[in-house]
Amino acid sequence: MRLEPISNPSLTRTIVPPLIALGSTVVIASLLAMIAGANPFSVLGLILKGAFGSKFAALETLNRATPLIFTGLSVAVAFRAKLWNIGAEAQLYAGAVVTVVLGTGALTLPPVALIPIIALMAMIAGAIVLLIPAILKTRFGVDEVVTTLLFNFIFLLFVSMLLEGPLKDPMGMGWPKSARLIPEARLPRIFPGLRLHWGFALAIIAAIVVWIIQKRTTLGYEMQAVGLNTEAARFAGIPVRTVLIKTALLSGGLAALAGFSEVAGLKGSLTLDLSPGFGYTGIIVAMLALLNPLAVIAAAFFVAGIFVGADSMSRAAGVPTYLADIMLATALLLMVLAILLTRFRIVRE
Amino acid sequence: MDLVDILLSASFWTATIRIASPLIFATMGELICERAGVLNLGIEGIMVAGAFAGWMAVYSGTGLWTGVAIAMLVGMAFGFLHSLLTVPFGLSQHVVGLGLTLLATSLTYFSYRLALPQVTSPPKIQAFEVLPIPVLSDIPIIGPALFAQTPLTYLAFALVLVVSITLYRTPLGLALRAAGENPAAVAAQGLSVTAIRMGAVIVGSGLMAVGGAFLTMSAFDSFFFEMVNGRGWICIALVVFGAWKPGKALMGAVLFAAFDAAQIRIQQTPIGANISYQVFLMMPYLLSILALVAMSRRAEVPAALMVPFNKGER
Repeated sequence: MRLEPISNPSLTRTIVPPLIALGSTVVIASLLAMIAGANPFSVLGLILKGAFGSKFAALETLNRATPLIFTGLSVAVAFRAKLWNIGAEAQLYAGAVVTVVLGTGALTLPPVALIPIIALMAMIAGAIVLLIPAILKTRFGVDEVVTTLLFNFIFLLFVSMLLEGPLKDPMGMGWPKSARLIPEARLPRIFPGLRLHWGFALAIIAAIVVWIIQKRTTLGYEMQAVGLNTEAARFAGIPVRTVLIKTALLSGGLAALAGFSEVAGLKGSLTLDLSPGFGYTGIIVAMLALLNPLAVIAAAFFVAGIFVGADSMSRAAGVPTYLADIMLATALLLMVLAILLTRFRIVRE
Repeated sequence: MDLVDILLSASFWTATIRIASPLIFATMGELICERAGVLNLGIEGIMVAGAFAGWMAVYSGTGLWTGVAIAMLVGMAFGFLHSLLTVPFGLSQHVVGLGLTLLATSLTYFSYRLALPQVTSPPKIQAFEVLPIPVLSDIPIIGPALFAQTPLTYLAFALVLVVSITLYRTPLGLALRAAGENPAAVAAQGLSVTAIRMGAVIVGSGLMAVGGAFLTMSAFDSFFFEMVNGRGWICIALVVFGAWKPGKALMGAVLFAAFDAAQIRIQQTPIGANISYQVFLMMPYLLSILALVAMSRRAEVPAALMVPFNKGER
């Protein structure tokens, strides 16, 4: 078999494969739930109810989507320039560490000044964490997939060291946990009484800013050119190394905002389970969004909905909670295939 | 002083070879995939699945070798899925690989919870036992290290030989290497690049799963979450470190394991006790990165690695 590009894909051709992919994901999840002893026909309903069925559920989904928008943007920015940043998890924790270091009383300023300073410093920390693999790539030709992956392990151990050492909360009853942020460093709620913090608004703003950078600036054009064809970009006089370094700084900074927003907006302190893999899930978000920054918002809602919904469904139906991860992996693999099939047809030989 | 004592102890070298064994299986698996032109980032998840499948099979009553075979088949099934998406469909090897790692890991954890719903500590199996080779295992220091291991370790070393001979001395190996260097030439010979690459990924993934199974069936006797703990990613670094050659990759795995075995022992010395244990745990990952930097200039990457081949496309 061989793939042949379709010059003018019809509307059906563009819509049907992704729908089949989504439908198959639900079918597979239902079958697995049935194996686990649940009623397969209740699965989809329970997921939707768990994710969007009540005000509480919907807010939970939005809160869960917030860090995913940041990490999704981080990955989308990097992947577009073919910088394979699999290390958003480490960069997220870098942002969280800075937030705790500066936000627990080291700096005393009014919130209007303190919060932006912390956010900026968090971004710088995340940028530095990705800068190392990026320099290893541009200077020594070391593959960044492996280095960023390994950095995740190194950085998590580093955080564990901090939480058992200098950052340990003296009041923490021996738990490896940081002290709580001072109230001035906390991100306030957007609407009084609703459990949704300004980190969410910041995520939406970040998506728009990234979109503007990609569509309206020279850097955005250069990042795209490097990603499409590095050799051609170099031939056209684009400083490929500089562009990759700038991409890394932006990508690392965005991932760090996820850590900042989780600590300052939601948790108030840092523990080792701050992120249940938001950095890795960011890759799924970015791919489902076809690396488009505005679509990252929608993809993050979708992924957060699966997480929150499948979690609630699992508890209601007595199914192991790992079903959410299975659904995401299935959705990702089927979706990349479906998107390919919207543009290519299979020719038998 | 302490370091010399460690290096001269037989238990250190025995541990080194034991730690290296799962890495050897998985590194050979990844090397085969990459030599054929496919980066397999599913390795981490496939190792998790293999670790569980082999252990679960033995726990349910099969023999140890049947367990290894089942682990391998599970790995091959995931390898088939990976190769189907990345070879004929030519999808991004990064995305498919990472997606497959998530799929294999979550399916494994899901199955574990289904199979053993109420356990707090996982049950143990009767794992592979040490099989000393007479006479040879009596050689001081290296005797016990090389000749008093479990059968799976002997198999790991034999595997390197088999992979080496197959790659460099057989027509199949030539075709496989050519698929990773110049697929158009392979197609011009009338061979199917798709079949070669898919075959390589399927067999390679099977070996990765055996590497995972080594953990639950030989190194330990039980299955824990997070037990693979980045070993798959380290194997990808080892392939690069070994310049895509089986012999060098084996040396890399043993060297790496020696550092790992040494750090565990240094931790227990008076000096080591003053250093955070996290620093020691970081060492394997830091070493892998340093090894990549050291080897980067000399690396001979297969020319068509990560380049999909679509026949008829020019």
